[in-house]
Amino acid sequence: MRVKSRDDRLFRLATGAVAALVLLLVVGIGFELSRQSMLSIRKFGLSFWTTRVWDPVSGEFGALPFIWGTLYSSVIALLIAAPIALGIAVFISELSPRWARQPLSYLTELLAAIPSIVYGLWGIFVLVPIVRKLEVWAGAPPLGVGMLSAGLILAIMVIPFTSSVAREILKNVPSAQREAAYALGATRWEAIQVALGYGKQGIIGAVMLGFGRALGETMAVTMVIGNSPQITASLFAPQYTMAAVIANEFTEAADELYLHALIEIGLLLFIITIGVNMLSRLLIWSMKSRSRPMPVLALEKVAA
Amino acid sequence: MTVIDVEPRTSNAAAMIMNEAKIHVRNFDFYYGPSKVLHAIDLDVPDRQVTALIGPSGCGKSTFLRSINRMNDIIPEAKAAGTIRIDGRDVYAPGMDVVELRRRVGMVFQKSNPFPKSIFDNIAYGLRLGGMRGRRQLAEIVEKSLRRAALWEEVKDRLDTSALALSGGQQQRLCIARALAVDPEILLMDEPASALDPIATAKIEELIYELKDNYTIVIVTHNMQQAARVSDRTAFFMLGKLVEVGPTNTIFMTPREKMTEDYVTGRFG
Amino acid sequence: MNRRKLLSRVMETLCLVAVLLALLPLAFILFYVIREGAGALNLDFFTQIPKPVGEPGGGMANAIVGTLILIGLAALFAVPVGVICGVHLSEYPTRRFSSLVRFAADVMNGVPSIVIGIFAYGLVVLPVKRFSAIAGGFALGLLMLPVVIRTTEELLRLVPAGLREGALALGATRSRAVFTVILPAALPGIITGVLVALARVAGETAPLLFTAFNNRFWSTSLMQPIASLTVQVFTYAISPYDDWHRQAWAGAFLLVMIILSLSITARFAVRRLERMNRP
Repeated sequence: MRVKSRDDRLFRLATGAVAALVLLLVVGIGFELSRQSMLSIRKFGLSFWTTRVWDPVSGEFGALPFIWGTLYSSVIALLIAAPIALGIAVFISELSPRWARQPLSYLTELLAAIPSIVYGLWGIFVLVPIVRKLEVWAGAPPLGVGMLSAGLILAIMVIPFTSSVAREILKNVPSAQREAAYALGATRWEAIQVALGYGKQGIIGAVMLGFGRALGETMAVTMVIGNSPQITASLFAPQYTMAAVIANEFTEAADELYLHALIEIGLLLFIITIGVNMLSRLLIWSMKSRSRPMPVLALEKVAA
Repeated sequence: MTVIDVEPRTSNAAAMIMNEAKIHVRNFDFYYGPSKVLHAIDLDVPDRQVTALIGPSGCGKSTFLRSINRMNDIIPEAKAAGTIRIDGRDVYAPGMDVVELRRRVGMVFQKSNPFPKSIFDNIAYGLRLGGMRGRRQLAEIVEKSLRRAALWEEVKDRLDTSALALSGGQQQRLCIARALAVDPEILLMDEPASALDPIATAKIEELIYELKDNYTIVIVTHNMQQAARVSDRTAFFMLGKLVEVGPTNTIFMTPREKMTEDYVTGRFG
Repeated sequence: MNRRKLLSRVMETLCLVAVLLALLPLAFILFYVIREGAGALNLDFFTQIPKPVGEPGGGMANAIVGTLILIGLAALFAVPVGVICGVHLSEYPTRRFSSLVRFAADVMNGVPSIVIGIFAYGLVVLPVKRFSAIAGGFALGLLMLPVVIRTTEELLRLVPAGLREGALALGATRSRAVFTVILPAALPGIITGVLVALARVAGETAPLLFTAFNNRFWSTSLMQPIASLTVQVFTYAISPYDDWHRQAWAGAFLLVMIILSLSITARFAVRRLERMNRP
């Protein structure tokens, strides 16, 4: 240990102060969100989360339709995106020829670089008309906007992120595992299954991270979901998500209660996404630490 | 209906007609991309004996071992030329079923690599690949394999616990049991005890001695004392060439080649 | 036996199908953006401000400048704070405080951008009861912060220990060694990280909706609402006017071009910087 000089201490404190600022900011977000939603919290309490009515005119606010829409759209997105993202991760890390690896991963990252608003634009003018044709064919009201469009576009947006995390996980699986499977006569797919099994926790974590992303997605969703606060299982019906209602109505909020209600929704979004992210990082971290080689003890137990 | 091969455990008709060894290698070359790492290897591995492959690091003995069960196929730039015949059948022939080959030729690695599953599921893995389902059938073979690997007594009460909880030496014996479960005829061992302490090593060597009654064993080792203790025949590799092969005693006491003598007496390598 | 091989082949093919399923929408989207957007770009787009509602013509000049100002503000906030925080984390990696900060940065990374916008609204807009470019820049800066912190920390860790030892052996204090030797060595990589993060926030819309808001007129004032490419595209896209739709595509195209060129510049310019740094 070096002798602690005054400069050392100053350095530590100064840089530490800036780091503490970061800490403060995060705490501040939670704090500020709670403070700015106090009116709504006090007025509606827990019934805020179970009321279906969202009527700014009469001052009645219930967040259930938005919770419904957020979860519904994110689950659909995940059901579509997870297998595809895993398939991509498996292909790039286990199956593709070496020369194709870089370009393929670059291309999937390109999907991630497209901003949400561009997805939304494409969604309105290209995806929605297609869905509208589908609805005509299926006999449903030809709106085009609705849960299906939102789910589809969310799925596309979530794929690149999920697949790159999954690829990281697969990279962390020791090759000795696959070799053991091959040596026992496994086919390619069976060896891949062993790798997937080894990385099971991490992969679940990757999928959950994608889910967290989908929960908070705003622009693309609000442009194709129809923005109607109703609770229905119909894929073709317009619905509403938490992020979308905040984006649309924040600047329209005429009175404080309205604003606080919207911010309370933001608070819930904050809490949910933090929870999902923490859980998934825990899973991924626990898997990574397992694949690191254990230290070899000099003297094993006699039972060996 | 059992899926385990019921072929007779003696060398088959073709080999007997040609009077060949269990593993017959002729003029075998191996390339990693442009560089040639094995040169014209000629080697006969007799049935139910232990053949040790010795030589300094990088001499190609592990590469050669992995060529026998075509584990090198996994490496994209690898190429093999020449013949390796097991029971008279060319391993690199176009029609050869690699998956079946690897069932008949088992492999144990330098560092034990148990799956993150229970002891039972590790051993049963190869069997389940082959389609075996019945719990009782599986349990029978699991017990038999663990006994063969001298691990049964130590783990019989905790077959459903994680294999990763075993000590290094136990894990290695587990991997041996896992390889034995699919009933191979040949066992390839790549420095199986190099990561273990002396006591565990001694147990593995004891095991090899017992196993050779029923299996043909080829073992790569950098430990010459181990080779001398455990093997019937020894092959000395250097720089990708097979310098000399013969009965272990001969190789160590009265080797023909000077290079062999230099190596086994410790003058280099 | 053959069934297992068949299954393996089928699954391998399915994985390839997955790759195609992802590349298809990518091609689809890029195709439309290029076709609709490139065609709608003209000189007016770059030089004029939006016309009043319903009137055709006009451009997004103020929005383009606005986006540049906003990401400039974001960098101004996020880079100093992020780099110094990253320095602290890499110098004291095992202390409990550092783990806490790292965790906080991770949390911030996962917060949806619209929630960050609410925070910026509460902190910067509400007290002065006015939308402003600063509020927008602050929100974007918060989005950039976790990335800058993580990039800095990782790159500083990669700097070979020999460099630090050399500096200390010559009598440098810790802060001197870090700021004059170690940080410059990691700079090319940090710059890449910052440019890539900038590219990402340039495409953000949600947090700007109620911080920077929007501005139909030419404005570069930091205390006033300011136009941005993203918000402008959004406003036009959801409007009922065809001409505005056309301009929205043009804006989208420009946006994608900006993001792509920022990313590419990041990688190439940095490589040249690295080559200069090498003795």
